[in-house]
Amino acid sequence: MHPFKYIAPENIDQVLNLLSEYGERARLLAGGTDILVQTRTGRFDLDALIDLKHIAETTKLILGLESLVLGAAVPCYQIYENPEIVANYPGITDAASLIGGIQIQSRASLGGNLCNSTPSADGICPLIVHNSTANIVGPNGPKSIPVAAFCTGPGKNILAKGEFLVSINIPTPKSGFGSAYERFIPRNEMDIAVAGVASSIQLSDDGNTIEAARIALAAVGPTPIVAETSNQFLIGKQPSEESFYEAAELAASAASPIDDMRGDIEFRQKLVNVLTRRTLNTALKRARSN
Amino acid sequence: MTEIDSVSKIIVKTTINQENMELLISPHQSLLEMLREVAGLTGTKEGCNDGNCGACTVNLDGRIVDSCLVLGAETEGKSIETIEGIAKDGGNLHPLQQAFLEEAALQCGICTPGFLVSAKALLEKEPNPDEQRIRLWLAGNLCRCTGYDKIIRAVQKVAEDNN
Ligand SMILES: Cc1cc2nc3c(=O)[nH]c(=O)nc-3n(C[C@H](O)[C@H](O)[C@H](O)COP(=O)(O)OP(=O)(O)OC[C@H]3O[C@@H](n4cnc5c(N)ncnc54)[C@H](O)[C@@H]3O)c2cc1C
Repeated sequence: MHPFKYIAPENIDQVLNLLSEYGERARLLAGGTDILVQTRTGRFDLDALIDLKHIAETTKLILGLESLVLGAAVPCYQIYENPEIVANYPGITDAASLIGGIQIQSRASLGGNLCNSTPSADGICPLIVHNSTANIVGPNGPKSIPVAAFCTGPGKNILAKGEFLVSINIPTPKSGFGSAYERFIPRNEMDIAVAGVASSIQLSDDGNTIEAARIALAAVGPTPIVAETSNQFLIGKQPSEESFYEAAELAASAASPIDDMRGDIEFRQKLVNVLTRRTLNTALKRARSN
Repeated sequence: MTEIDSVSKIIVKTTINQENMELLISPHQSLLEMLREVAGLTGTKEGCNDGNCGACTVNLDGRIVDSCLVLGAETEGKSIETIEGIAKDGGNLHPLQQAFLEEAALQCGICTPGFLVSAKALLEKEPNPDEQRIRLWLAGNLCRCTGYDKIIRAVQKVAEDNN
């Protein structure tokens, strides 16, 4: 491994300056659970790692009236150990609780998960079905874009040179909202998803119809996939076994998985179908108790 | 802002097992390397060196981490507990260490320090975990010898004694 510097800036401007100074020769360090492994295995040849954990905006978690602002470097445990987040952001809590094991959750952030942009990332789809936006800064100032539009390919995202993710905005759910994330792995824990599905449901005030639904699929395409046809289909429907079945069929056909050692195409489509129904049912249960 | 040169070594001030230390390290060295090669604390083991096996688990400011996935430089001002800090003064074994011996919860021993550090953190947080909770908590620690049952039994034994 090429020896690199460790730099711990204390504000956003310092990070921007370092990114422009080092360019491709530096990477950002959140929890380090991807970047340290990648650096060690020679994927990057770096002059510096820039630690984001000494900056207020990237390390704070703010539960506001309108949204949860999740600093890009906030580790998973701070999500699932916060009762208010557990109650209101269940799909995101599901993901934070299953990334790696306890050791990984002490460090790994959803911001790092998003910026690493692997198709199998467990944290991205739940953010998408919670309608989250990514707050980005760069040489041209700040901007916010939907998390659903963040990833552009395996390991690729919309961050341009000199830009980085500061935080993620997750809107505060209304009552009647529920969400869930599940993945399939051959083991019980500590593995990479063969397929994963996040679902969210917003029920009408009387609880009888689906006002809005969102389904996002992990590990079955080059990026997380929004199952738009399922989302459209569910609007105005009654939550029922039949409507969920139909939505799951649509989600399976929205998936475009590859064949690899973790699973073939047919198996992954089947998984999407099953996981869509399961997560819709869990999301519904949570929506009804919220 | 701390900017640390890769060529020049740096001094990291941390507390290890309640002792203040100043260690001269390279900025790209992992916490695991800092502990073993610089502090001479070789109780913490290197297994996979990529976060999967948990053999290098240490407690960092009250949280268990894989020390291979932390930079030594990141631990400036922090408090670290390793396996060497677990037995009480005078060499009395920690109840978990005693239970591991009694239940024969180790064979080759490489994974044992990591398991002990992890299990201790669990019991400090939740004194009476059930079997499923223990298994889930220890999922980040791999053992290739015992088949896990003896390890789980040892932790359960201490948990029951906590009752
Ligand atoms: C043993 C093990 C098990 C794992 N299990 C899972 C799992 O079950 N599910 C899963 O999804 N992942 C898993 N991972 C992968 C990893 O833990 C996650 O992707 C994690 O969320 C990454 O977060 P981090 O904070 O550690 O990121 P880092 O490693 O710090 O960063 C990840 C990448 O994003 C960049 N980056 C970080 N922050 C920013 C920012 N704010 N702006 C721009 N770029 C940034 C970094 O430069 C790097 O390229 C596992 C990893 C290990 C080692």
